[in-house]
Amino acid sequence: MATTTSPAHGASPLSGSRHFVNRADHGDEIARVITFIFAASVVLITLLLVLSLWQGSALARHKFGFSFFVTQVWDPNAGIFGALPFIYGTLVTAVVSLLIAVPLGIGAAIFLAELAPARVSDTLEFFIDLLAAVPSVIYGVLGIFLIVPLMRSYIEPALKKTLGFIPLFQGPAYGIGFLTAGIVLAVMIIPYIISVSREVLLSVPRDQREAALSLGATRWESTWKVVVPFARTGIMGSIFLALARALGETMAVTMVIGNTPQISASLFASGYSIAAAIANEFNEASSPLHSQALIELGLVLFLLTFILNGIARLLIIATSQRGSGTANA
Amino acid sequence: MNAFARQAVSVNITPPVTAGASRETAAPAAMRMTISKVNFWYGAKQTLFDVNLGIATNKVTALIGPSGCGKSTLLRTLNRMHETVRNARLEGEILLDGKNTMAQDVTLLRRRVGMVFQRPNPFPKSIFENVAYGLRINGSKIPVADAVEKSLRHAALWDEVKDHLHKSAYELSGGQQQRLCIARALAVEPEVLLLDEPCSALDPISTAKIEELLVQLKDLCTIATVTHNMQQAARISDFTAFMLTGQLIEFNPTPQLFTKPSDPRTEAYITGRFG
Repeated sequence: MATTTSPAHGASPLSGSRHFVNRADHGDEIARVITFIFAASVVLITLLLVLSLWQGSALARHKFGFSFFVTQVWDPNAGIFGALPFIYGTLVTAVVSLLIAVPLGIGAAIFLAELAPARVSDTLEFFIDLLAAVPSVIYGVLGIFLIVPLMRSYIEPALKKTLGFIPLFQGPAYGIGFLTAGIVLAVMIIPYIISVSREVLLSVPRDQREAALSLGATRWESTWKVVVPFARTGIMGSIFLALARALGETMAVTMVIGNTPQISASLFASGYSIAAAIANEFNEASSPLHSQALIELGLVLFLLTFILNGIARLLIIATSQRGSGTANA
Repeated sequence: MNAFARQAVSVNITPPVTAGASRETAAPAAMRMTISKVNFWYGAKQTLFDVNLGIATNKVTALIGPSGCGKSTLLRTLNRMHETVRNARLEGEILLDGKNTMAQDVTLLRRRVGMVFQRPNPFPKSIFENVAYGLRINGSKIPVADAVEKSLRHAALWDEVKDHLHKSAYELSGGQQQRLCIARALAVEPEVLLLDEPCSALDPISTAKIEELLVQLKDLCTIATVTHNMQQAARISDFTAFMLTGQLIEFNPTPQLFTKPSDPRTEAYITGRFG
């Protein structure tokens, strides 16, 4: 049958498609449309996400308004919902984790990129990537069985003894709480910081190092005063990637933070984070208002991430335009 | 001049270390740096073979030759920059003012033997801080601002940048950036300035400015430059070394090398038959 088709019939769709291809710049136009759709879908998904959170929390938003952000009480039975303890818990654990993870992670990245022999660096990088891929529930288990007892018996008493005059390190040492959650988070985000920072440091042009060395800089001076500043935009990027992970981390945090919606000056106290609250309470939400308040918490977390990312962007723009070290000139 | 020229030729013909050393005592001020019997390997691959060369004080010495002939490698051995490459191995002796560079503290050596690279590589800092960098890390006692101005003047950049010293160095043009890199190198007052194809990334006008600058700078320090541009070598240098596949083929006063080359391979290269 196919052979009986006349050349004219067979040729017309072919020439038609050729015509279309020509019109479409030999595929450039098609590629542009397709990739544009993919790129646009990212924006679309984000907008849909915000929209559904916005609509899903209508009841709670109307009832509490702005006071949702500043109310300290979270009482499902009384129907009073305030997000402040959760915002506080999320931010405090994230800050604690960054305080621990940033110096450790960047230090390790500098060692791997600048000082370690290539073979050591590549081997360690393999393990670091492995760590980044461990599911967070595993880190939670590690937290409960290893870090919590250590904190309760050794670290928190020691901190109390030495730094107990600071309100941060006062109160009973339960082992669970903000500090422990921050430490578990730090362990989780260090691999991100190391991995990304190492890549960024390795991509610093060779001639930057050589320029410093040729001026009589030692290897460390060229690393610390030239290579690291050159890479700082990327290093900051790694920190904000880690921060995003810390803000949204649910499982490991909920296992060690204590899940008590309270604000306490002490890092030893139990707390709660936004993500942990949503995960724990959503199934058992007793009333529409309760579940809507949880959805609004999700909106708050989204907002928090959005604001911090914005700040990060501004910080990166500000520091990459202004050359470092001009202040002391 | 003539005495030195003969000496340069004879260094090429009779390479022994002792011969080079005795000649140096004969003409004490002539040689800032002396390269004796230098062999060089990257891993198992040998890239320099028995190179002997003198870098004359307050003169411009040009290293020319086709790509991969080892001229950049040779230049980088002068301030031991080759040591930043893994598996690099050097045999032979390189003297700075009669003292073995391998026996010196490498950071002090590099302070005395500065370097400018192929691509302009300013630091992502202000113009001022770029020039001040070397002074700061070396804990200079001289007031930094004065030294920065002096270096920028020496690099013929001062008039163009004096009103925006605190702008980012990246806002300068490529040619200005390269002169900034020269100023940065000059700030620590090196005795020798090495330049590794300093104009290869620049347009003709910027190139002309740098060439003019190098000729002026030789009063200030000794200059060794690598170039693949023969006309450039002819224009700016006092002595030219022609290299081929890791060997020094000919080393002579520049006018002589370009008009009456003593080696047929030099003649073939400068007349454009290869390379």
